[in-house]
Amino acid sequence: MVPVLLILIPLLTGLVTFFLKEAKAAKGFALLSSVITLAVALAGIFFLDAKELAFDAAWLPDLGSRFTLMTDGMGKMLCLLTTVSFPIIFAATYNNEYKNSGSFYGLMLLTQAGLLGVFLAADALLFYFFWELALIPVYFLCSIWGGEKRIAVTFKFFIYTFIGSLLMLVGILFLYFHTADHSFAIQSFYKISLDGKQEAFIFWLFFIAFAIKMPIFPFHTWQPDAYEQSPTATTMIMSGIMVKMGIFAVIRWLLPLFPHASVQFADLIIILSIIGMLYGSLIAIRQDDIKRLIAYSSIAHIGLMCAAIFTHNKIGMEGVMIQMFNHGVNVIGLWIVADVIEQKLGTRKFSELGGLAQKAPVMAILLVVMALANIALPLTNAFIGEFLMFNGLFQYNMWMAAAAGISVILAAVYTLNMVQKVLYGNTVATTENATEISGNIQLMLIVLVIVVIVLGVYPQPMIDLTKDTVTAILVKR
Amino acid sequence: MNAIIVSALLGVVMMFSGIIVKSKSAQSVVAAAGLLLLLIANLLNSYGVCTIHINTHEMFHFEKFGMFFNTIAITATLIYVLLSGKAIENTGVNVADYYALIFFVLCGVSILSSFNGLLMLFLGIEIMSIPLYILTGADKRNLKSNEASLKYFLMGSFSTGIMLMGITLIYGATGNFALGGSVTPPSAGGLAPQFSFLEIAGMILLFVSMCFKVSAAPFHFWTPDVYDGAPAVFTSFMATIVKAAGFIAFIRLFESHTNILGPSWKILLAFVIIATLLIGNITAVFQQSVKRMLAYSSIAQAGFMLFALYSANDLAKEGILLYSAAYSLATIGIFSVLIKMNDYTFDGFNGLAKAQPVLAFATTICLLSLAGIPLTAGFFAKYYMLASVVKAGGSLWLVVVAVLFAAVSVYYYFRVIQAMYFKEGEATTSEITGGFKTGLTLLAVLIILIGIFPGMVLNFFYF
Repeated sequence: MVPVLLILIPLLTGLVTFFLKEAKAAKGFALLSSVITLAVALAGIFFLDAKELAFDAAWLPDLGSRFTLMTDGMGKMLCLLTTVSFPIIFAATYNNEYKNSGSFYGLMLLTQAGLLGVFLAADALLFYFFWELALIPVYFLCSIWGGEKRIAVTFKFFIYTFIGSLLMLVGILFLYFHTADHSFAIQSFYKISLDGKQEAFIFWLFFIAFAIKMPIFPFHTWQPDAYEQSPTATTMIMSGIMVKMGIFAVIRWLLPLFPHASVQFADLIIILSIIGMLYGSLIAIRQDDIKRLIAYSSIAHIGLMCAAIFTHNKIGMEGVMIQMFNHGVNVIGLWIVADVIEQKLGTRKFSELGGLAQKAPVMAILLVVMALANIALPLTNAFIGEFLMFNGLFQYNMWMAAAAGISVILAAVYTLNMVQKVLYGNTVATTENATEISGNIQLMLIVLVIVVIVLGVYPQPMIDLTKDTVTAILVKR
Repeated sequence: MNAIIVSALLGVVMMFSGIIVKSKSAQSVVAAAGLLLLLIANLLNSYGVCTIHINTHEMFHFEKFGMFFNTIAITATLIYVLLSGKAIENTGVNVADYYALIFFVLCGVSILSSFNGLLMLFLGIEIMSIPLYILTGADKRNLKSNEASLKYFLMGSFSTGIMLMGITLIYGATGNFALGGSVTPPSAGGLAPQFSFLEIAGMILLFVSMCFKVSAAPFHFWTPDVYDGAPAVFTSFMATIVKAAGFIAFIRLFESHTNILGPSWKILLAFVIIATLLIGNITAVFQQSVKRMLAYSSIAQAGFMLFALYSANDLAKEGILLYSAAYSLATIGIFSVLIKMNDYTFDGFNGLAKAQPVLAFATTICLLSLAGIPLTAGFFAKYYMLASVVKAGGSLWLVVVAVLFAAVSVYYYFRVIQAMYFKEGEATTSEITGGFKTGLTLLAVLIILIGIFPGMVLNFFYF
C-alpha cells in the first residue's frame, strides 16, 4: 500500500491545491503535502520489507496491463531523492511569489506524482503513462511561469521528449506482442528474447527516448535553454530528478531487455557520452550566466553516468547509483543559490556580480561547499560516485577513461571561476546593497551540505541500499 | 434495422415539427428527445430485446460491430446537439429542417454500418451525403458557405460517379452486388484465386471513391475548403460522425475484398496513409485559423484511422470504434468552443484561460486527446491503431513514421493551448451559459475517464 500512497498523496493534494486561492495557503499546503510524502517514503524504505512495498491491482485486463508497483534498491533510492527534494525545494523557494500560486504548486505536486510513478512502475504501459504524466505538468510550469523566451523553449523541450516517448511506445508495443503471455508486466518483458536485428532496432527506439531525457549528446540541445528559461523551482526538479528518469529507465528497462544490443553499442554510447561531457564542460567555461553554467555542467555529469552504465561492471554501476542521488542533492543546492541571487539582485550574470562573500558570508561558505561537491573534491559525496564511475570506465577502456577524465579538470575550471566571480573581488553596483540570505534558505542549504559531507565520508548506506539492483542487473547479462 | 427505420421516421417527424412547434429552442429539445429515442431503439436492437424484422434479402447484415458504431454515432450526435444546439438555432430560420437533415444523415450512417452489398453501400453514401450538401450551404447569405456547398456537391457527385463505375465493373464481372460474392478462398494447393481485370479495376475505383469520402490524400482537396466554408457548427458534425461513418463503410467494404488486389494492396494503402499523414500534418502547421487547422487535422486523423484498414484484425476493429468515439468527442468539444469565439484565428484564443477558465480547460483536454497524450481517450485510440499494425507484423517502419507525424501534430494542437494559457490577450466570446460550461466539463471528464479505463467503452460494446 505504501507505494500507492506515495503516488496518491501528491496526486490528490496537487488537485486540491489548484483550488486554493491564497498564495500562503497554497505554499503551506504544498509543503505540508511534500513533508507527509517524505514521512511515508522514509517509513516505507526503512521499516517495511519488500512484500509490503509492492502493489498489484487490475487495470486494463483486455490489454494485459496491470497497475503493478514494485520497489527495488534503485527505486527506493530515487523515491528517497524525490521525496527529500520536494520539501527542500518548497522550503527554499518559500519567499518567491508566483501569480496563480495555487496552480503553480498544484502542477509541482502532480509532477512529483508522475516522477514517483515512473520510479515505482513495474508494468510497461503504466511506466509509459507516468513518464508522460511527469512531462505535462512541467510543460505548463515552464510555459506559464518561465522567462522571456519560455514558450518557444519549452515547446522545443516538449516536442523533443514527446518524440522520444512515442518511439518508446512503439518499442513497448513491439515487445508486448513478443511476450509469451501477452502482458505488459516487467517480468514478462524480461523473459523475451529477440533475434539480433530486431533487438538492435528496438534498442534504439528505447535508447533515443531515454537519451533525450538524460540528455546525451547529440540529443541535448533542448536542455540549456529549458533550464535557463524555467522558473528555478521547476529547473531544480528537471535537473535534480527528471534527468534521473532517463538514467533510471536505462538501468531498469534497457539493459535487462536488450542484453546483447547494450553490449554491442556500448562503445558508441560511451563515446557519445564522453563527447557530451567534454562539450558540456567546454561550453560551461564560456558562460556568463549562472543558470546556463549549471545546465552545461549538468550535461557533463550526466554524460559520465551514462558512460559508466554501459561499462557493464559492478564498480561503475555502484558509482552510478550513488551519483544519481548525489548529483540530485548537489545540483539542487546550486540551483537554490542561483535562485536566491536572482531573486535578490535581479541578475544571474557574472559580469554584474562580485564580492558577495563580504555581504553574505554564510551563503558564501555554503556555496563554496556545493561548488566543491560539483568538482567532486574528496570528502564530498560526488567524489565517491565519480571515483567509482571512473574506476569502472578505466576497467572498461583506459583511453576512454583518460578522455573522460579531462572533464574533471574542466569542471574545476568553470566551477571555481563561478565562485570567484560571484563571491570574491570587489563589490559592484548590483551587489552593493546585498544582504545575507534568509533563514529558511540557510537551513535548507545546511541540510544539503550535511548530506554532501556525510555521504562523502560514509557512503556505505547508499551502496547497501542499491546493492540488490546492481547485482540483479549484472546477473542478467 | 431499428436505427435505420427510426432515424428515417424521426427525420420526417422533425420536418413537420416545424409547423407545430414555432419556438427554435423547443425544436432543439424535440431533436434531442428524438436522438434519445433513436439511441434507445438502437440499444434495444443491439441487446436483442426488441428488433424490427424486415426481410432485406441479404442486403443488410446486422452485426454487433455496426450497431455499436451506431450507438457511438448517435451518442456523439446527442452530445453535439446538446452542446451546440444554440448555434444550430442561430444558423438560419429553418431549424427544424436542419435537424431533419441530421436525422437523415444518421439514417445513412446506420445503413453504412450494416450494408451487405454494393447497392446498399451506394444508397447509404448518398443518403448520408445529400443532406450534408444542404447543411454546408445552410448559411445562405454567406458567399463562402455557398461556395463550399457547391464545391462539395460537385466533388461529391464526381466521386459518387466513380463509385458507381466501380460497382458496375464488379457487377459485370461477378453478376451480383454481394460483398466478396465471387471470391473463392485460396485452395490448399496454393493456387491464388484468379480475378478478372474488371473486378480489379472496379475495386480500385471503389477505393478511390472511398478515399475521397474519408478525405484521404491525394483525394483530400475538397476538405479544407468545405470544412472552412461551412457554418462551423455543421463542420463539427461533418468532421466527426460523418467521417467516422465513412471509415466504418470503408472497413466493412474492404475486409472481405482485400484479396482481390493482392499484395499490392498493402503498398497502395501504405502510400495513401503516408501521403495523408504528411499532407494533413504539415499543412496544418502553417494555418492561421483554428477552424482551418482543424480541417487539416481531420485529414491527419484520417491517416491514423486508415491504419485500421491496413492491419485489418480484431484489434483494428475495436480500435476504430474507440478512435471514432475519442476523435468525435474531442472534435465536437473543440468546435463547440470555437463557435462561441468571436475570432477564429489562433490569436483570437489569446488569454482565453483568464477570461473563461472552464472553456480553456475543457478545450485543453480535447486538444490533448487529439494529440494522443496519455490519460485522455485519444491516447488509447492511437494506441489501438499502432498496436493493431504491430500485431499484424512486418510494418514497424510505418508505425515509426506515424508516431513522428503524431509528434508533428502536437505542434499545431499545442499552439491553441499556448494561445489560451501563455499569451496575453483579450479573447472575446459570445455569451456562455452555465449549462454549456457544465456540459463541456462533463465532456472533458468523459474523455479522461475513457483515457484511464478504455475498457469501460469497449466492454460496454462487447458485453
